[in-house]
Amino acid sequence: MASETFVVAYDGTDRTVVDYAARRAEASGAALCLVHVLQWSPYSFLTPQELDERRMRRRQELERAKTALVDPIVAELQASGLTVEGEIRFGSPTTVILEVARDRGACQIFVGRTGKSGIENKIFGSVTLGLAQAATIPTVIVP
Amino acid sequence: MRPVSRCLSPLVALALLVGTARAQEEAAAGNTATVDAMVDGIVGPVTKPFVDFIFAAIPGTDLPWIVLWLITAAAIFTVYFGFVQFRMVPHAIQLVRGHYTSPEAAGEVTHFQALATAVSGTVGLGNIAGVAVAVSIGGPGATFWMILSGLLGMASKFTECTLGVKYRTEYDDGRVSGGPMHYLKKGMAEIGHTTLGKVLAVCFAVCCVLASWGGGNMFQANQAHAQLVVITGGEASFLADRGWITGLVMAVVVFLVIVGGIKSIARVTEKLVPFMGILYLGAALIVILANIDQLGTAFAEIFEGAFTGLGVAGGLVGALIQGLRRATFSNEAGIGSAAIAHSAVQTKHPVTEGFVSMLEPFIDTVIICTATALVITISGVLQQDPATGLYVWDEAAGQIATANNLSGVELTSAAFGSRITWFPYVLGVAVVLFAFSTMISWSYYGVKAWCFLFGDTYVSELIYKVLFCLFVVLGAAVSLGAVLDFSDASLFAMGIFNIVGLYFLMPIVKREMTSYMAKLRAGQIPKYAGTSTAAGKA
Repeated sequence: MASETFVVAYDGTDRTVVDYAARRAEASGAALCLVHVLQWSPYSFLTPQELDERRMRRRQELERAKTALVDPIVAELQASGLTVEGEIRFGSPTTVILEVARDRGACQIFVGRTGKSGIENKIFGSVTLGLAQAATIPTVIVP
Repeated sequence: MRPVSRCLSPLVALALLVGTARAQEEAAAGNTATVDAMVDGIVGPVTKPFVDFIFAAIPGTDLPWIVLWLITAAAIFTVYFGFVQFRMVPHAIQLVRGHYTSPEAAGEVTHFQALATAVSGTVGLGNIAGVAVAVSIGGPGATFWMILSGLLGMASKFTECTLGVKYRTEYDDGRVSGGPMHYLKKGMAEIGHTTLGKVLAVCFAVCCVLASWGGGNMFQANQAHAQLVVITGGEASFLADRGWITGLVMAVVVFLVIVGGIKSIARVTEKLVPFMGILYLGAALIVILANIDQLGTAFAEIFEGAFTGLGVAGGLVGALIQGLRRATFSNEAGIGSAAIAHSAVQTKHPVTEGFVSMLEPFIDTVIICTATALVITISGVLQQDPATGLYVWDEAAGQIATANNLSGVELTSAAFGSRITWFPYVLGVAVVLFAFSTMISWSYYGVKAWCFLFGDTYVSELIYKVLFCLFVVLGAAVSLGAVLDFSDASLFAMGIFNIVGLYFLMPIVKREMTSYMAKLRAGQIPKYAGTSTAAGKA
């Protein structure tokens, strides 16, 4: 049983942060928790058709994130001998990652430097910056 | 923004091209307005018997029976549920804010979303043009009856939306489908009235299809066109008397969304409509605040006019009929349409969505319609006799005299324009967006009803949708009178069958409410911090 837990914010594309966190975990004997957040606001506006289809889409989104993004990496890391768990949640990425870290009593967060275009981040702020500002535990930003 | 401009720009270009070409051709031929007149000539007589039946007056009075039917139902529900619309509003607001939404449910439809969608389906031309019609025919006093109808209507919404959630159909793949067709069929079967339930459901669905072509479509297209004519130069505009051009452009965009499945257009509209609503209310507030000294007089006229008519033909009854009729047309309480939009919400207790749905007539009628009515009253666009203070009745137009014989959306536009000169342009954009979002919502309600009647196949859906687009063109082309009457009649007809069902099913709603309230008082309904931070476990 691993003594410490590292939370890894995984956006589905950035392998660098996962690999880096995996190396640190291996060195320190920590467990990894891979968090993938599906962007979701309870205050977004939907058409009547989207309302009716929402539950179906939610299932599909979860399924796709699980089979295409999270499960393969979790399996790969587990095969290399690490203790790894994947977690997929809906919500605002920064908030959700902080919640998972708190719930799991994690001691560190690893996050990539986002690959999104600059302008979107300038307007809405990025998950990376959000975590850097709000996290109550050491947060590693992996370039 | 990008997807929409990409989709719209070719359309606008096309519209301009078609418009200019056609204008030149017609100027040459000298046969302007023949298309409109022809369409008007066909639609008017066809829809007349139906309209006459729905708005038949109770013998010995001028009061249409359908208005009495709806308002009586609203009053009965109000008393039966112990004035639920006044007691449960604070709780409804907490529900919308997500205080009772489990974080586990993140990614599911929230109370806020169901309400927002339902509101953007109801807030439309009824709030802008419909109110102008009410006030110009019934006088400012119509506003009083409109507010009263909005407040009572909250109880009707509560009843139908609770049932909408309770008897919705959930398919294996996760899709949800709800509304009067479902609760009339399933709910009535549950209490042993299977056949009656089926008959009511079918009749409702037929009326719903008609209303989706009428009030949810033709009226919107018609008034959007009227406002476009106003802002492009009035009678000198190249659009004047060429409603088919506006209709054709709107029909193409609607077609792209509902048949072509271009969701980005619908999504952008859904996002813009709330902002337009806030902008509209903001402008109304500015006009009201800038003339705050007249606010007292305006309210005095609303109250006095409600009972005397202030010189309006028909007096009290005229004000009452117009107020109730236009309010119902705007907030759709008792009509059953809202139950379709509200039924997809994720909740363990159907009655919670009932509470939330009560906010809809409040926002729509008590706030937005009243704001429009106040602006029209304050602006002075309705002509008053300075000596007596009574309104000048224009016999020929059948309404209070206005400069240039304005009615409908043009009157609202003139009222705003008299205080904020550039606002008619903003109103033009708002009107087109409101019309569009209402059309998208109603095309969905209509398709649900259509599929209930004719089966859930691709071809049957396609037939409905193509017809829907044709009615957009028709709606923009025909004159207001014929369109307005048919729109109203088809919408109100839904209320006939829906309310019969509601009377049968209201004890079920009461049971739901009593059990929920007991749990709420006992603290058995878990409360959460709020959903802005909510995140559901996968």
